[in-house]
Amino acid sequence: MKTDKDKKPLQTKKILGRIGTIVFAIICALYMYPVVMVILNSLKVESAIQTSRAFEFPTAESFSGLENYGKAINSQGFLKSFGYSLFITASSVFLILLCCSMFAWYITRRKGIFSKIMYLLCAFSMVVPFQMVMFTLSQTADRLNIFGLRFNTPWTICFIYLGFGAGLAVFLFSGFIRSIPIEIEEAALIDGCNPLQVFFKVVFPILRPTMISVGILETMWVWNDYLLPTLVLDIKKYRTIPMLIQYFRGSYGKVEMGPMMASIVLTILPVILIYLLGQKHIIKGVMSGSVKG
Amino acid sequence: MTMDKILKKWFPVFVIPTLAAFIIGFIWPFIQGVYLSFCQFTTVNNAVFNGITNYQKAFTDESFANAFGFTVKFAIVSTILINIIAFIIALALTSNLKGKNIFRTVFFMPNLIGGIVLGYIWQILLNALMSAIGQPLLALNSKAGYWGLIILMCWQQIGYMMIIYIAGLQNVPQSLLEAAKIDGASSLQTIFRIKIPMVMPSITICLFLSITNSFKLFDQNLSLTAGEPAKATEMLALNIVNTFYARAGAAWKGIGQAKAVIFFAIVIVIALTQLYATRSKEVDQ
Repeated sequence: MKTDKDKKPLQTKKILGRIGTIVFAIICALYMYPVVMVILNSLKVESAIQTSRAFEFPTAESFSGLENYGKAINSQGFLKSFGYSLFITASSVFLILLCCSMFAWYITRRKGIFSKIMYLLCAFSMVVPFQMVMFTLSQTADRLNIFGLRFNTPWTICFIYLGFGAGLAVFLFSGFIRSIPIEIEEAALIDGCNPLQVFFKVVFPILRPTMISVGILETMWVWNDYLLPTLVLDIKKYRTIPMLIQYFRGSYGKVEMGPMMASIVLTILPVILIYLLGQKHIIKGVMSGSVKG
Repeated sequence: MTMDKILKKWFPVFVIPTLAAFIIGFIWPFIQGVYLSFCQFTTVNNAVFNGITNYQKAFTDESFANAFGFTVKFAIVSTILINIIAFIIALALTSNLKGKNIFRTVFFMPNLIGGIVLGYIWQILLNALMSAIGQPLLALNSKAGYWGLIILMCWQQIGYMMIIYIAGLQNVPQSLLEAAKIDGASSLQTIFRIKIPMVMPSITICLFLSITNSFKLFDQNLSLTAGEPAKATEMLALNIVNTFYARAGAAWKGIGQAKAVIFFAIVIVIALTQLYATRSKEVDQ
């Protein structure tokens, strides 16, 4: 009798668990559907992508193979845009991680009014909407000329990203540096290291987990950013991927849907692949990045 | 003390690069932006001071008031939906459900897709859906545009907020939950009396992020509806960009800048009020 009583709630629990898994599996399938739909449509001929037929699976007659992908790469300049996006993201994130971690360490270790003001300004800049500075920032980027160095090209726009992205990075780095005991750094200084050596040999390795979370957050931002590069870069010469997609959808005249779908797939596939490979780090990064609000 | 002295000499190496970029990329444009909101201008070099005219015109601009109303309606509904759904999913995925790691991976994924691309994916999907049920397409259907934006926002943000809630729920001490179980608390009681009060810091962060994200939404708005039909689905950020770049006439840039300052003030006030309101409900662990 006793064993029966013990078994029953266990069994209902098991069944409930199974139902839960099935329900979640269905929700997840629905959740993935928009992406799946774009992939399916990217494999169809133009007439089968029209609004009324977008839900159809590719059939023998509407299947177009990789034709749309060829068009996207050859006639819409996808590869070039991919290259610009890749370079801008890589250079900006590198610059942000390097400069902001050094800056954050400096203002956290030197107490004083300057450090305090800088920290508050960084926190403040995180809340300010981009529209507040977009016009003046794009004009500054267009006009500024430091010894022939201009900031409205894909090769130098990383400096603008460093400026506008510094807030979040400095904020997160400072929060973490405050939790590191200062004694190790002082000992290294007494042993004859200069601050640069202290930073790169002692602080930098400890900062690694924060580097990963800040790097992920900034990569997601720069890679997907649309308005800043649109205002700063010359759209006739340089198009990042979001600019390319908006350019073709927003332009007058008929836009071929097939190559658009292929471009969208080519844009999100690498991101999803990287995510699946490094999802442990990415999810952990977001978790620790959010702990300090 | 010695550290402070040594560091002082290294100011140029550690501080100047970031500080210079920060001034060029944020501080100077911000100050100039506030100043220009009191001017008439078409570039930063031909600004003529004209007092509060821009603000008067911004406040009487009907499209701006409509965009404000639409944004508020959007922000309230999307914030509530995102946080409730994300919290429920987080609760389920912190229980011992089979396959929870896969589910977590799937729910977070849309977050990595950029706003412009997301908007187009959903535009294609929603238009196909509208045509299947015989309704007007997004460009002519403001109701569908509104709910489309909400669905899109939920789809993108739920995964992110879910991760933050999961992190919060995992930090609830096991001893508390066991004590509640021994005292005979039902699972609903455990959720409302223990879990929610204990994850208040996560709730603060999630509310803050979802409210400010909703208010600042731009890319998704541009690519899903572009404000159509007849500006009925235009949100504040898009309204400001359109005032700057889509309207002819010398006066509009100044009005746009004034709108941007108002927008900034609204976001700051909402963010601070919300932080103050939920911070006071946090319990010390």
